[in-house]
Amino acid sequence: MPQPSPYGPRAEAGPPGLAAKLLGFCEELRGEGVAVGTSEILDAFAALEQVPWTSRDDFREALATTIAKSQEDRRLFELLFDRWFFRSAESEAVERGIEETERRHEGGERLDLDELREQVRQAIVEGDDGEMRDLARLAIAAFGRQGEGSGVVGVDVQRIRRTLGLSAGTQAPAEDGAAEQVPIDREQLNAFERHLRRELERDLIERTSTLPPSRPLAELDRALPTSPTQDLAAVHRAVSQMKRRLATLGHEQRGRRKGRTVDVRRTMRASLQTGGVPMYLRYRPKRPRRPEIYVLCDVSTSVTSASVFFLSVLHALHDSFRKLRSFVFIERISEVTEVFEHERDFRVIAQRISSEGGVADVSGYTDYGRVWLEFLGKISDELDPRSTVIVLGDARTNGREPHADVFAQVSERAGRLFWLNPEPRLYWNYGDSVMAAYERYCDGAFECWTTRHLENFVNVVAGGTPRD
Amino acid sequence: MAAGSVTEVKEALAKVGYLADEPAALVSFLAQRLEKPVLVEGPAGVGKTELAKALSRATGRELIRLQCYEGLDEAKALYEWNYRKQLLRIQAGGEDGWEDVHGDIFDKEFLLERPLLQAIASPEPVVLLIDEIDKTDQEFEAMLLELLSDFQITIPELGQVAATTMPIVVLTSNNSRELTEALKRRCLYLWLDYPDLEREMEIVRLHAPELPEALARRMVEVVRMIRALDLKKPPSIAESIDWARTLLLMGAEDIDSETFEQSMSIIVKHRTDIELVAERVGVKLAAAESVRPQG
Repeated sequence: MPQPSPYGPRAEAGPPGLAAKLLGFCEELRGEGVAVGTSEILDAFAALEQVPWTSRDDFREALATTIAKSQEDRRLFELLFDRWFFRSAESEAVERGIEETERRHEGGERLDLDELREQVRQAIVEGDDGEMRDLARLAIAAFGRQGEGSGVVGVDVQRIRRTLGLSAGTQAPAEDGAAEQVPIDREQLNAFERHLRRELERDLIERTSTLPPSRPLAELDRALPTSPTQDLAAVHRAVSQMKRRLATLGHEQRGRRKGRTVDVRRTMRASLQTGGVPMYLRYRPKRPRRPEIYVLCDVSTSVTSASVFFLSVLHALHDSFRKLRSFVFIERISEVTEVFEHERDFRVIAQRISSEGGVADVSGYTDYGRVWLEFLGKISDELDPRSTVIVLGDARTNGREPHADVFAQVSERAGRLFWLNPEPRLYWNYGDSVMAAYERYCDGAFECWTTRHLENFVNVVAGGTPRD
Repeated sequence: MAAGSVTEVKEALAKVGYLADEPAALVSFLAQRLEKPVLVEGPAGVGKTELAKALSRATGRELIRLQCYEGLDEAKALYEWNYRKQLLRIQAGGEDGWEDVHGDIFDKEFLLERPLLQAIASPEPVVLLIDEIDKTDQEFEAMLLELLSDFQITIPELGQVAATTMPIVVLTSNNSRELTEALKRRCLYLWLDYPDLEREMEIVRLHAPELPEALARRMVEVVRMIRALDLKKPPSIAESIDWARTLLLMGAEDIDSETFEQSMSIIVKHRTDIELVAERVGVKLAAAESVRPQG
């Protein structure tokens, strides 16, 4: 189900025509979480007055530039645009009983498969949209004659693709020693598959005279095509944002403390209000304090999948903060600040930490209780209210004593303490997870296994008032 | 550039050395027609800033540039009172009554125009480039809103200064943080990405016309191969152009592993990146050489 629209109930279908269709489209976008305001819609109409509607690309770009205001919005826009206008056209056709059964498959008879294959490949390499569309129809017709259609659109698309022998990347050279095939771009092959899918759907709609129900986009389609644990660059982005947020925290207090210095230039300028007599002093803004950060990162096997992500977070943190000390732990805790300071290459760091960390004792199971004791023993003197402690771990103690009281002491000495847990909140406190015991002493506990979570964490941290 | 149609804009931009793709041309066209600012986002080095420069050249308008950085404030972006001159005025007019002086020193004469006010007050239409808006903080963005929606600036002592001519405003962002909804709402949005192979070839050949086509193609292919790696800083378009010129100077006829090693530092600029590229791409080039027939 689409989320209920924050803009009130869905409008009536209203009169036919483009305006109504466009509003419907915007409504659909809102349903998927794109913030389309009235001003955007007005802009869209203004823009459409300036471009020829006969060009599909111009039409789409004009809409996109006024409505989709980020890369992610743009992705959703593309997905929905095709679907919405395809459905609109088809529903109109169904309503008016327009069919094109006769004309469309003509020519399919005359082509044999090899010839078709060559043409399709040609069209894909050239990226000719119209041509691809026509060929997709021919391919469907030719394929239909073989009687292998399964009736399921997704399956048929793949079957047709295989029948045509199309795959991305370098092609195997033809057997008869023909010229080397030009490799097919993955993107362009996808475009052809989209055409196939579209035409198959059109066939289906025509046969059954009904539109399949419109479904909200699946999570899979919405997600950006990157694997969360490997997107090092995204982690770096989120962390550099965090740096900015942490650095500007406490800005609101500037100028209210002792030890202020007078800003001569601004004082002189202010003195003009009083005829050049410096009645009011202006002070230099106080530089915000530099945050001291301690990061504790679980690297045991229970968080294996997340620890790559965590290490990349650590890596990025080190890029951004000078006063950062990092620790890894399993059964014991070990400081790895130096490794990060001397190595720039992420892979080498991961390797060195696993070989030199010396954090596994015998079993290789995490012992949180012992880790807190060691951490407190080693570092407690240096913790002060200006320091921030961030723990990255799943809080699974493997049945050992959690020593929440020691953790409470750590929390007391540090200014702020955050916990990032790589497990969904749902799994917290199930099995041997003792998250609840620790969470009480945290200034915040967050689930965190994608960069999106990390960004969320950054936002929350920035929004909260700093404790001094 | 009269901005009659999208094609005309595209051609005008091409004439001044900027090969815009369809969306970029369309947005430039709409920006002039709708008189709205354009927000350009995309990875570093895809020609965001260059688009504004090209627009200025194509329209024959002056380019006024505001480079954003952390801590940029109104005094440096909008306007500032020239207090030295104001002090002089006060001292020089010792005899005048306070009323006269007061009315006098808050006059346009004592105003130092910074880029944004300059763009607004200019009698000739200009192109205003607000570069790397994501580097500033949100407060600064809020300050821009009046300018972007109404093309006017309020100076408490003087009142509102409204634009006499409509500037073309281009804002660029490297996407290092989310911009506020309010700012986005007032802008047309353009996402610029690395160009496809053919267009990058055209761009390279436009800026290094002496480069033979086969070599240019090979070069662009290698650059694209490098961009596909997970690098700290992937090579930008400007760097591919630099590399093309370097290859010309070196008199290279083909990109073999030796030429590549010598000139790699033009396009890859991080130590770890260099190692990665040498490992992945250098090896491929060497392998390709051994396959190719000698001579």
